[in-house]
Amino acid sequence: MEDYPKVYLYRRIVQAKLYIDKNYAENIDVSHISDEASFSKFHFIRQFRKIYGKTPHQHLTSIRMEQAKLLLQSPMPIAEVCFSVGFESVSSFTGLFKRYMHLTPFAYQQRQIRRQHEINSAPLKFVPGCFAEQKGWTKKSNFQELL
Amino acid sequence: MITKMNHVSIFVLNQDSAYDFYVNKLGFKVHTDAPMGSGMRWLTVCSPEQPTLEISLMPIEEGMMFKGEAAKQMREMVRQGTFGFGVFECDNLLATYEELKSKGVVFKKPPTKEFYGYAALFADDSGNWFSLSEKQ
Repeated sequence: MEDYPKVYLYRRIVQAKLYIDKNYAENIDVSHISDEASFSKFHFIRQFRKIYGKTPHQHLTSIRMEQAKLLLQSPMPIAEVCFSVGFESVSSFTGLFKRYMHLTPFAYQQRQIRRQHEINSAPLKFVPGCFAEQKGWTKKSNFQELL
Repeated sequence: MITKMNHVSIFVLNQDSAYDFYVNKLGFKVHTDAPMGSGMRWLTVCSPEQPTLEISLMPIEEGMMFKGEAAKQMREMVRQGTFGFGVFECDNLLATYEELKSKGVVFKKPPTKEFYGYAALFADDSGNWFSLSEKQ
């Protein structure tokens, strides 16, 4: 570990990333984060990209998209999902989501809700047979208590 | 011809706690979370860049899989860190190490230079250990 180069630098960049991960729903200002990490904005973006392969802004967008995907597993209205993850405009959220997932948020939500319904109604379909057998989950079991 | 592995199991002491560890600390995605009745649950997660390999977080419970004393013995062995289940890969070892450590992951060995490159060792919340290495 001691011979690993620039440990202090990694720590500061990682803390900045964790700040973004935690505060993704807020209006995050990269200049503010770079100040907190004691870097110039340019140097911070360059180091962040070197470590994570994307800029802080690209990382923020990707975190917001992943959080939106989680919220879209419920029937939450699309606009509410959009604002909950930190976007200010439904149309820009929809456009970005479509670019990211190749599906509109609504289509993704419908797909996820259908899948969850299928998991609840026919869970064995999602478990490899060998595991189901080992666990004693057979087709004779109707999982009535779930209904 | 075998073409790929699509499921692998990790035996855990508590599925809820394992969910928190693998999803909220390691950053894995939930693939399938299916209630199977009688309090049982089929829970699989996958690493963000390998969605086709489902890791089943399998609770050690007395039943068809572990009979009698076997469940108790298995739980004890897992708790004592007997099993090492594999090697995880990351893009940047030191950044990943710092991030996981910040999230409370316990490392048995920090990133260390070995003859094959840098590697670290961490344990999950049950006691299973894994090696963490950097993409070559």
